[in-house]
Amino acid sequence: MSLSATDLSAIWLTLQLASLTTVLLLLIGTPVAWWLARTRSRMKGLIGAVVALPLVLPPTVIGFYLLVTMGPHGPVGQLTMAMGLGTLPFTFAGLVVGSVIYSLPFVVQPLQNAFEAIGDRPLEVAATLRAGPWDRFFTVALPLARPGFVTASILGFAHTVGEFGVVLMLGGNIPGRTRTVSVQIFDPVEAMEYAEAHWLAGGMLLFSFVVLLALYSSRRMRPGLG
Amino acid sequence: MPSRDSRPVQSASAAPAGIRARFGVGYPGFALDVDLQLPARGVTALLGHSGSGKTTCLRCIAGLERSAQGRIEVNGELWQDSAAGVFVPTHKRALGYVFQEASLFPHLSVRRNLEYGMRRAGAGRVSLTQAADLLGIGHLLERMPDKLSGGERQRVGVVRALLTSPRLLLMDEPLAALDLRLKQEILPYLERLHDELDIPVIYVSHSPEEVARLADHVVLLDQGTVAAQGPLADTLARLDLPAVFSDDAGAVVESVVAAHDERYHLTRLDFTGGSVLVARRPEPIGHRLRFRVNARDVSLATERLEGSTILNLLPVTVIGVGAADTPAHVLVRVDMQGTPLLARITRRSCEQLGIAAGRPMWAQIKSVALLG
Repeated sequence: MSLSATDLSAIWLTLQLASLTTVLLLLIGTPVAWWLARTRSRMKGLIGAVVALPLVLPPTVIGFYLLVTMGPHGPVGQLTMAMGLGTLPFTFAGLVVGSVIYSLPFVVQPLQNAFEAIGDRPLEVAATLRAGPWDRFFTVALPLARPGFVTASILGFAHTVGEFGVVLMLGGNIPGRTRTVSVQIFDPVEAMEYAEAHWLAGGMLLFSFVVLLALYSSRRMRPGLG
Repeated sequence: MPSRDSRPVQSASAAPAGIRARFGVGYPGFALDVDLQLPARGVTALLGHSGSGKTTCLRCIAGLERSAQGRIEVNGELWQDSAAGVFVPTHKRALGYVFQEASLFPHLSVRRNLEYGMRRAGAGRVSLTQAADLLGIGHLLERMPDKLSGGERQRVGVVRALLTSPRLLLMDEPLAALDLRLKQEILPYLERLHDELDIPVIYVSHSPEEVARLADHVVLLDQGTVAAQGPLADTLARLDLPAVFSDDAGAVVESVVAAHDERYHLTRLDFTGGSVLVARRPEPIGHRLRFRVNARDVSLATERLEGSTILNLLPVTVIGVGAADTPAHVLVRVDMQGTPLLARITRRSCEQLGIAAGRPMWAQIKSVALLG
């Protein structure tokens, strides 16, 4: 086994970050996706575009703006300091905030597609069977959108694991606190120690492939539900 | 505006029983504006061609079209009054809705589909097993919806709606998605329902046959407005219906099986003002049967024709003459001592024979369609 203690600590940190981010994203992304799927508001285009921004922006750009807004002079930084929390950059909490924003479209879009695929009919049926709006959401919309939740969780988790630019801009490279696997790979590569980098890089490659293989195989087995 | 979502309001005065619904809704290229007065019991059919607004009508009554404006009162309960800002949301209206496709929840078994509404509506008058047996789905309870046939699914949909103990049952072409064989399989169940239910039913259909078989009361919709409404037999045999309905013009007659002729395999059906002979029926003497006579299958003669192969010749009196679907034809409404009948004949024959109100004539009925 050629994984060092710092490697293992980076893996553990990455798993914690990705898990927490995924849970938060499901909580935040579900109402956003529901709204996007059902609204007829003119704001739909605007909100949809904002949610999709992380798809096209270089992660360094996201990281840069987060650093500025969460820093001691930024609005979020001022707020967190006033609340006695200090500033978020270079902390694990800061990474979580960055990851949530960075991976947002990967969770919202599959959920939105799943909710749109349900259509109005099952919800109307539930209404004629005396189910109120919340009841309809939890007993009809959520169960019917389950494949979308599976896809969203896997993509949200995997995408967070693979994040690099935002982490580097926002988290620096503090072992045990903000040094994730992707950053941990960067150091030996810069030092030309390729043999060491291979272990983690190969592991990431395998992980990503297995995740996507699982995702696409499950989609083929249940066509039309992804 | 006062509260948009309110509970059903019981009218202070003793409100007349029945359904009073007056509402309008407009979309680009389509507007609906109706005023319905329906009886508190029995089946009312909303009949019309596609695009006439039947389904929209039903959706407005159910509260599924929030943009509809108007006033809807069901057996003394106010469901909507836009002028007063009252709009009871769908889930607080005591209604049952059967959609065109059964729309069962795919993630729930038949039993849990049935329980979904029953639990939320509270204790009902009928038990799950009773209702399931009435519609013949008792053996399907543990199946998932995708393992049911189209007819079974539709019956589950009907039972699911009934188990909410509705005060009004709305059915949107429940048979439209089914083939003829499945229709024949379900119709007897719906007829049984008709006999056992004591709540009003509004039944959307584009099939005059289905309507004649199930309905007591009929509303004819044409391009978003009510062309006619009233008791079934009177309304379908009216002369002043818009031309779009003349293809369906005909009379519906309530009759009783009076005698069987074993030698010729015929059955005699008696009705107010006369009787007809039809091919031997399995029903026992005394059984009630409805039949429909299409206006196209009736011709008129000034005297009783001898030597005709047509069995059913009946003395009638002309009530009036109206326009038919083509300029070549007219519709003649005649009276068989109390039972109305329509005949579609050429304008030329009408003028040459001098057919006019009050004239006694003979009606020759080529065929009757038995409903039941």
